[in-house]
Amino acid sequence: MRKYKISSNLAISENGFLFYPLTGESFTVNQMGVQILNLLKKEEKPEQIISAIIDEYDTDHATAERDLGEFLTQLKNYKLVNEL
Amino acid sequence: MDKKVYERPVIIKQYSGLMNKFGGTTDQTPIKDIDGVSVKQLVEDFGSPLFVMSEDKIRANQRKMLRIFKTRYPKVQFAWSYKTNYLDSVCSVFHQEGSWAEVVSEFEYDKARKLGVPGEKIIFNGPEKSSSALIKAIKENAKIHIDHFDELYQIIEITESLNLKANVAIRVNMDVGIYPKWDRFGFNYENGEAEAALRRIVVNDKLNLIGLHTHIGTYIMSAEPYRLAAVKIVELFNKLIDEYDITLEYIDMGGGLPSNNTLKGQYLEADQILPSYEQFADAVTSPLFDTKLSGDKMPLLILESGRALIDDAGYLISEVIGNKRLADGRRAVILNAGVNLLFTSFWFKHKIVPAQDTGGFTENSSVYGPLCMNIDCLREEIVLPALKRKDHVVILNTGAYSVTQWMQFITMRPKVVMIMQDKTVELIRDSENLEYITSPEKLPEKLKEFSL
Repeated sequence: MRKYKISSNLAISENGFLFYPLTGESFTVNQMGVQILNLLKKEEKPEQIISAIIDEYDTDHATAERDLGEFLTQLKNYKLVNEL
Repeated sequence: MDKKVYERPVIIKQYSGLMNKFGGTTDQTPIKDIDGVSVKQLVEDFGSPLFVMSEDKIRANQRKMLRIFKTRYPKVQFAWSYKTNYLDSVCSVFHQEGSWAEVVSEFEYDKARKLGVPGEKIIFNGPEKSSSALIKAIKENAKIHIDHFDELYQIIEITESLNLKANVAIRVNMDVGIYPKWDRFGFNYENGEAEAALRRIVVNDKLNLIGLHTHIGTYIMSAEPYRLAAVKIVELFNKLIDEYDITLEYIDMGGGLPSNNTLKGQYLEADQILPSYEQFADAVTSPLFDTKLSGDKMPLLILESGRALIDDAGYLISEVIGNKRLADGRRAVILNAGVNLLFTSFWFKHKIVPAQDTGGFTENSSVYGPLCMNIDCLREEIVLPALKRKDHVVILNTGAYSVTQWMQFITMRPKVVMIMQDKTVELIRDSENLEYITSPEKLPEKLKEFSL
């Protein structure tokens, strides 16, 4: 899976509210989404994010990888991340 | 250490604008059991998709409806509408509750007889009655509701050639201010066809005219049309007394009462806009007190309610096959049950509820079935929490017209179980297999061999 860089201006609140000041758009994400965004902020690679998820949550690698892939595609479509 | 419950990541873009004053309910309380039996256990024991019928709910619905009508009119008889759900077990529950059978084909007639319903307690409706079915029904004293003049003459021919006497009523259609007008069934009231048919019947000594029947439509969303229909039927009833000195045994007001399902294109939920069954009962019964009869001589009121008695007693358990993101960003959920099993989803917005705990984060989703056909969409838009593969959902209000209108198309039809009042679970219809599907087929000898 490719590596993504999160837009530096993106404001993420603890309870899942996102505000992107460059476009004025806002989003909501669930807790898993917040966790992934915070890991992206730390410039973690997708494989590291998947490992972190399966260490903490009751899921398998394939599910975590599939869901992360779709989430990253959505972030990319919303222009909140850039593919490296 | 126990790991946390996983929920897939979800992001939803927020759009600013005026608030919707109606708001949308996003109640996502899961349905983990049906009548006290765990959904998980049902799936483990019988697989999925799985239709589940509740004996308790069927009986409760029937008793409640009977009480509603009997507290308004003294002589009431229900006849179970076979086409709504003719599984033997379902019909038997209704018959145990005292319902007669209302059938619309020879197949349904034979099914009722096989279950042990006596001929005189079968109401034979419908536009197509074969000669063999009519002979059987006449011999067994069934109540034959004549649909058109050709059928009337067909019955006259049979009774004369076999020297039999038939118990008949006519179906009457009329303008009760609703659209569509169901004038394709029965004889029209306004243009005088109904009276002409009655005149033809009363002069024939082989025909025993015993009732009048109407059935104004299906999923009727207002009580007033029932009142108008009852007024017109009572006028005919009284005319027969005045002009021919004929007193009929019964007035059959048919069915058509709505269930709690919401129609497509209907903005508010069904339970917020439909009249109560008490209001329907008021509308049906009030005009009946205007017949020229009183006390014990008042006609029996027959009701053929189907959907209203069974829809919420049926559940369809289905499994999530997968999730995907559509081109416009919408979430799509694919289930292992589609329009092949739930024909009614072409016109109803069936409620789909998760069968396990989910996160509180919901998203507008489209729900598709497993068929490789574009039409296989159960809900174009429904708010659902994040569901993952192998999760289960319970589709509500699927007791009416599901297991009779379902199609063997692409996949096999699944098992149907009934949760009994003692909480045991009985298999009431097995799933189909390749042998069942292909057994009526004949493969010509010359087509058996091929090499690829």
